[in-house]
Amino acid sequence: MAFMKRNLNGSRRHPMAAILVIAAGLAVSGGGYAAATAAVETAKPVTAAASAAQVDEGHKLFLANCASCHGKNAEGTPNAPSLIGVGAAAAEFQVDTGRMPGQASGPQLMVKPVQFTGDEIDAIAAYVGSLAPGPAIPTDAQLAANGDATRGGELFRINCAMCHNAVGAGGALTQGKYAPALTHTKADHIYEAMLTGPQNMPVFNDANLTPTDKKDIITYLTYVQTHGSAGGYELGNLGPVVEGLFVWIFALGFIIAITIWLGAKSN
Amino acid sequence: MSDSKSIASGKGSHEPEHDYATGLATIAADKVADPGLEPHRVRMTDKSVKHEKAAARQVAALFLASVVGSIFSIYAYFAFPLSDDLGTVRNNTLFMGLGITLGLFGIGIGAVHWAKTLMPDAEVAEERHQTRGSEEVRARAVEIIKLADSESGFSRRKLIRRSLYGALALFPIPAIFFFGDLGPNPKDTLRHTMWKAGTRLTKDPSGLPIKASDVTLGSVFHVIPEGLSELEHHKLEEKAKAAVLLVRLDPSELKESAERKSWSYDGIVAYSKICTHVGCPVALYEQHTHHLLCPCHQSTFDVTDECKVVFGPASRPLPQLPIAVDAEGYLIAQSDFTEPVGPSFWER
Repeated sequence: MAFMKRNLNGSRRHPMAAILVIAAGLAVSGGGYAAATAAVETAKPVTAAASAAQVDEGHKLFLANCASCHGKNAEGTPNAPSLIGVGAAAAEFQVDTGRMPGQASGPQLMVKPVQFTGDEIDAIAAYVGSLAPGPAIPTDAQLAANGDATRGGELFRINCAMCHNAVGAGGALTQGKYAPALTHTKADHIYEAMLTGPQNMPVFNDANLTPTDKKDIITYLTYVQTHGSAGGYELGNLGPVVEGLFVWIFALGFIIAITIWLGAKSN
Repeated sequence: MSDSKSIASGKGSHEPEHDYATGLATIAADKVADPGLEPHRVRMTDKSVKHEKAAARQVAALFLASVVGSIFSIYAYFAFPLSDDLGTVRNNTLFMGLGITLGLFGIGIGAVHWAKTLMPDAEVAEERHQTRGSEEVRARAVEIIKLADSESGFSRRKLIRRSLYGALALFPIPAIFFFGDLGPNPKDTLRHTMWKAGTRLTKDPSGLPIKASDVTLGSVFHVIPEGLSELEHHKLEEKAKAAVLLVRLDPSELKESAERKSWSYDGIVAYSKICTHVGCPVALYEQHTHHLLCPCHQSTFDVTDECKVVFGPASRPLPQLPIAVDAEGYLIAQSDFTEPVGPSFWER
């Protein structure tokens, strides 16, 4: 890199020198980048074909980290469901959000720090996806938040808002379960969750919410994530309970303070 | 006013004087003695000119703050103009409101501070006068009523008196019919929805029909009847009654009574989305417990067991929509709901 900088510095040399250097630099850095990211590139199974080596790597990781609950061949045990046919999307969602490997049994698996690197997650997903046909990991085109946010908002309110709140602030379910907030959820996880229905979330297959519908919903959620509340401080967007509590404590407290001051004698 | 005004002497020892010898009140022997007013305390503003001047300045400052607030709210109107961006409404109303608040608050707090620190602070007691009129006034009132009676002949002229009673008694009766017509008579609209035999189940909001094969295990579809979107009138009213939730369960998990065996299709069941408690949309479906939760009051329905109530204030199961599949594979209704949907009403 140092020699590149030196050569690019001025126009003292032959005019062709700079062009040659740039061409050489591009070839070296481009080739190096391609080599370094080769694994990542193939790990994104835009087509269903994951490399055999990756599936192999995934199988090893699976045996070491998942098989104690899900069974050696992912056939499931009394402690955990079978993963045959859940698809690469389900595996990536569960592992990439840190929900899997599960830490403790409870009403619901919690989000934890992610336990694997990106490559390892891709390998596990490739292995689980290779077991049987299932939902594939969405492509970048499906995840680009460039759909119709208004339409996405309507679909979100009809299909999702009753659990996840109208602006994705999350909400409580029965017996300690809850619908998580979507305020920081990444687009690929939103897509995979709709496709696979993790835990108690229902499945929204492509016949129910078409890929366009899903894209619009992601567009809406991205809009909500990146634009502030138009109505002022939102108090967690949790609705009348929080707003009522705020009014009872602060507004009523203020009124009581004023009343005491009105009745007190001046000294 | 100055006659009745008296500076309290520390002991408010005014004993009530009763006109009646034996009253109804029971006076306990150990009643707490009237402590009277606490001794008068002289304010700092009365003792020192320095404090008095400071208080006067404070009051003036509060009024000045009010002036600043009012001017600021006018400034804010122009400084935070409304535009197409919804966020501008927040700043416009927030800063104008803060200005107006300061404007009114400064006047109010200033006035109270003025009264408390600078106006006379002598404690004043005023006696309440008796509500009972004097004997003279009472006797005169009776006299006037008797005179009016004899002059009008109210007691004497029975025909007039009784016909007046009749007229007064009948006058309010038309109101019953008048108010009875205020709202439209719901007739049997509470008992029927848009669903008819053969109506296709369609997706909300697109209105696209749903194939039985589209409803995979664990799926939940939010359903409206075919043709709802094309309605010209009462679309919302019809949707509020006809909204349905469609779920597919493993048929082995379904507990169906004999008469409802034919109401489902291969594990696909359709239930009214309107809570039988107060009519909120019940749509929080848990895929593994098969519980449907109402977000308003946490009524919980068990989808595997004909949506019986397992928790919460709802008293009846959600009505089930009998479904079937037509020749093209689309889900259709066998009939309307067999019972009224939504919360209880009279004769229900």
